[in-house]
Amino acid sequence: MLFPASFWFGVMLILPLIVITIFSFGERAPNGGYIPSFTFDQYLNLPARFVAFKNTLTLAPIGTIIALIIGYPLAYYLVFKVADNKKNLLLILIIIPFWTSILIRTYAWIFILGSKGIPNLLEYVGIENLRLINTSFAVLVGIVYSYLPLMVLPIYVSLEKLDKRLLEASSDLGASNFKNFINIIIPLSIPGIATGCMLVFILLMGEFLIPAFLGGGKVFFVGNALVDLFLQSRNWPYGSAVACSLVIIMLIIVSIYMKFINSKNNREEVSII
Amino acid sequence: MRLYAYLIYFFLYFPIAIIVFFSFNSGKHASDFQGFSLKWYPKLFDNPFLIDAFNTSLMVALISAILASTFGTMAAIGLNNLKGKLRVFYDSLVYISVMIPGIVIGIATLIALVTLFKFLNPLLANIWPTSFGKPPLLNLGYVSLIGAHTLFTMSLSILIVRSRLNGMDRNLIEASNDLYGTPVKTFLKITLPQLFPAILSAFLLSFTFSFDDFIIAFFVAGSETTLPVYVFSSIRRGVTPEINAIATLILTFTILLLLASHLLMKYKNYSNKGSKK
Repeated sequence: MLFPASFWFGVMLILPLIVITIFSFGERAPNGGYIPSFTFDQYLNLPARFVAFKNTLTLAPIGTIIALIIGYPLAYYLVFKVADNKKNLLLILIIIPFWTSILIRTYAWIFILGSKGIPNLLEYVGIENLRLINTSFAVLVGIVYSYLPLMVLPIYVSLEKLDKRLLEASSDLGASNFKNFINIIIPLSIPGIATGCMLVFILLMGEFLIPAFLGGGKVFFVGNALVDLFLQSRNWPYGSAVACSLVIIMLIIVSIYMKFINSKNNREEVSII
Repeated sequence: MRLYAYLIYFFLYFPIAIIVFFSFNSGKHASDFQGFSLKWYPKLFDNPFLIDAFNTSLMVALISAILASTFGTMAAIGLNNLKGKLRVFYDSLVYISVMIPGIVIGIATLIALVTLFKFLNPLLANIWPTSFGKPPLLNLGYVSLIGAHTLFTMSLSILIVRSRLNGMDRNLIEASNDLYGTPVKTFLKITLPQLFPAILSAFLLSFTFSFDDFIIAFFVAGSETTLPVYVFSSIRRGVTPEINAIATLILTFTILLLLASHLLMKYKNYSNKGSKK
């Protein structure tokens, strides 16, 4: 039963990861090919792409936190303030954008933030020459817009599981709503928050489209550097080193994060489907 | 609080609405609405590149969804009986293939397959019997697209089918065994019908993913063009009402698929609840 899956994992996952690791220690041929060798040159050259790493490692966490701040109240609202018969519909409405083409949804923002969009409207009220597109702000808007559903769903699940009787007991004992929120709801939803943040952060690390469309070459991520290295300048060994470093940085951050979270809570699996 | 929620839903759907709205623009400039018109839609069908890209996407999505749901189901059943270190190994492969950024999968597949083909093509040319005609030249294209998409969607299918498998009523299988049902018969009459909604929703989600994927296809499509790659390069050239019309059609198509898969999942949950009682 496992044979086809094993074959696929072997040829399409394990082999490519091994090859990319080998390439990252290789040398570049003058015509853009690969010369087998064992050198750390590619890795030593990484600072040349420092800006891409810096942008990714600042905007990805900032985007994740904004998505959390915006998404948490929505999840809270859905769990505690919406009638049961409406919950399902409202939840589907959050899932649908997540599964529809990210290409098209990001493209929509070129429209909205472009010079004929919001800046054009703002000119009527006297704010002129406002530039929104090709800024970090535009990239952050795109990030929050694209990944909000992925943040809301795990938090929703963990809040939904929360035993409502705890809240009643606490209220009976005289706790205010605010106290309930701080002392019961937030601590019990930490697994959901952790899962949401991790999912969003991981996907953001490899982001290419949002900076490509909304950052316009001014705000770019490691993903954009990779596209440039592989498809334009055809420097495969260097590109491989950049890709490997990205994965390694990601693994380090995720494992530190998991250790931190696991020490406080039991991990739970959350379905994003 | 309610106002806040409405604002977020507005935020989520406003950009989509804008695209749909401007696809009916009669004017030539994408962001300047001049009147209602359907003229961009018939024009799409006169564009051979677009039709070609659509066919490629459809083909790739269909084949990878079939492979992913079949292999994924098989693997989920196989893994269910597996324990110990091997199980952990397979589980981590599943999670790695879901978690690793699409862009890294794209790049790694690109260089691995190019290297592999460089090595295989001369080999194939040597052993190919002359009576079969010219030896095939392995190249990036359908095979690499389907291969890379199936990796991700197969892992997704494993996760979906497995969650259904865990919720399944074991008693029925035991009852079937007690009544002298052969393992094959038990599988066909008990396991498979119960898994069917999960398999179908795995199929639909796999199809949606593959049909919508841009970043992996961008690297491994070779000389082929998929629909998202086509849309990407058109956007690069400038925003036109034509793109809005394509986007509207793609959105409609994927939303219909998603609703279908969601209804199936709901049916699955419903029967789940029934069996737990």
